[in-house]
Amino acid sequence: MQTNDSLVIEELAFAYPDGNQALFGVNLKIKQGERVALLGPNGAGKTTLILHLNGILASGHGKVFVAGKLVDSTDKAALKQIRSKVGIVFQDPDDQLFMPTVGQDVAFGPYNMGLRDSELDKVVEDSLSLVGMLEYKDRPPHHLSFGQRRRVAVATVLAMKPEILVLDEPSSNLDPASRRELADILRSLNITMIMVTHDLPYANELCERALILSGGVIAADGKTSDLLKDSALLKKHRLELPVGFTL
Amino acid sequence: MAGLLFIIVAVSTDISNWPAFVAFFLMIITVTQIAKLPITTVAKRSLIEIPFVFFALLMPFFGTGERFEIGSLNLYRDGLLAGASIVAKGTLGILVAINLSATTTAREILRGLEILKLPTPMVQIASFMLRYINVVNDEMQRMAVARSARGFEATGVRQWPVLATAAGALFIRSYERGERVHLAMIARGYQGDLPKEAQIPNNPRYWVISLCVPFFALVISILS
Repeated sequence: MQTNDSLVIEELAFAYPDGNQALFGVNLKIKQGERVALLGPNGAGKTTLILHLNGILASGHGKVFVAGKLVDSTDKAALKQIRSKVGIVFQDPDDQLFMPTVGQDVAFGPYNMGLRDSELDKVVEDSLSLVGMLEYKDRPPHHLSFGQRRRVAVATVLAMKPEILVLDEPSSNLDPASRRELADILRSLNITMIMVTHDLPYANELCERALILSGGVIAADGKTSDLLKDSALLKKHRLELPVGFTL
Repeated sequence: MAGLLFIIVAVSTDISNWPAFVAFFLMIITVTQIAKLPITTVAKRSLIEIPFVFFALLMPFFGTGERFEIGSLNLYRDGLLAGASIVAKGTLGILVAINLSATTTAREILRGLEILKLPTPMVQIASFMLRYINVVNDEMQRMAVARSARGFEATGVRQWPVLATAAGALFIRSYERGERVHLAMIARGYQGDLPKEAQIPNNPRYWVISLCVPFFALVISILS
């Protein structure tokens, strides 16, 4: 295994306790600094895969390495480290922003990692300025627009200084301007990124490389623009470009 | 804290001890003055007491024991006392509560509870409730809009099953949201305690100042 791999997954399989098998042997490697789109139809196992990256779900079979370290959900101390390395931005910002003010929410992660006082304040301010939300620090999250909440959600995760940033449907429910603003922010971050999305033009805009997860395996892995040009491949995995969109 | 003590003292004072109550009212009015609360706000918020006053007014007419007459009205002495007691003590309690809620934000109250060593899980639950009450409320309103958009009107008992299902759906959605929030918390390394805001030094002076109000009330109650 090379040291500059941010994420290595080997033969990952997983079945939910009700017997519903979601993943059937996923293999992939993502290099440091790469931006990768994870595409796939509903129910393909994308969310399940993501929840393995920081050990929220324990793998049934196979291994996940983050920055060279094995994700072992039985090892509580190591998990804490892993969770600071993999930052997940969930789809609904209201699920992620649970503290009374924006600033406190951004502080939540680093606080759990043991930062205090001035160090903590600095991390909070740095992360909020990365997404252009510093002036909203003392506002309660429910007074922000949806796009602003999504940006704060990204900041809450950046505050953990993650090795990998995972975004679940980052462009969903955003108006075109917020969508573009978020794209600019994401592009400006120098970080390994995995973006789960149905928004294929967005994936093409932001990610060099794309993976198609379908039926619990990686069905395709390649340059995003190449994959999106292959209409037979897209059709097979229930993916579609917007009407009138061509590459 | 001081407010609670004040209410306890006031409630445990006998109603026939009326000079004490005059003093209590003077004290609470002074506190309201110091807090610079506009009198209209206080009056508006006091309206919540009206149902209690209504029942209290009825009490003198229904009762047992000693009776006496004022003009054409035939009143019971015990009922009159009990009614007066409810009105006086209720008004005091409400004035104290208004003072607290108008000068202190919900977040400060929570922090206060934390300083008073209320168990952290309880404080956390209360703070989550504060955060999500808007979200759940919005969701409820969206559901109501969606219902009426398809021609639903709640006119009587027959529509109750629909409302009950809606309430059930809302409960399940909130519950699932709770699970997602918990997941998001774990993903950021939650281990049982939330970051605290910069602590306001728990100055003994504040304690002395605020506790002197219930203390004087107690003194008055005993002396008079």
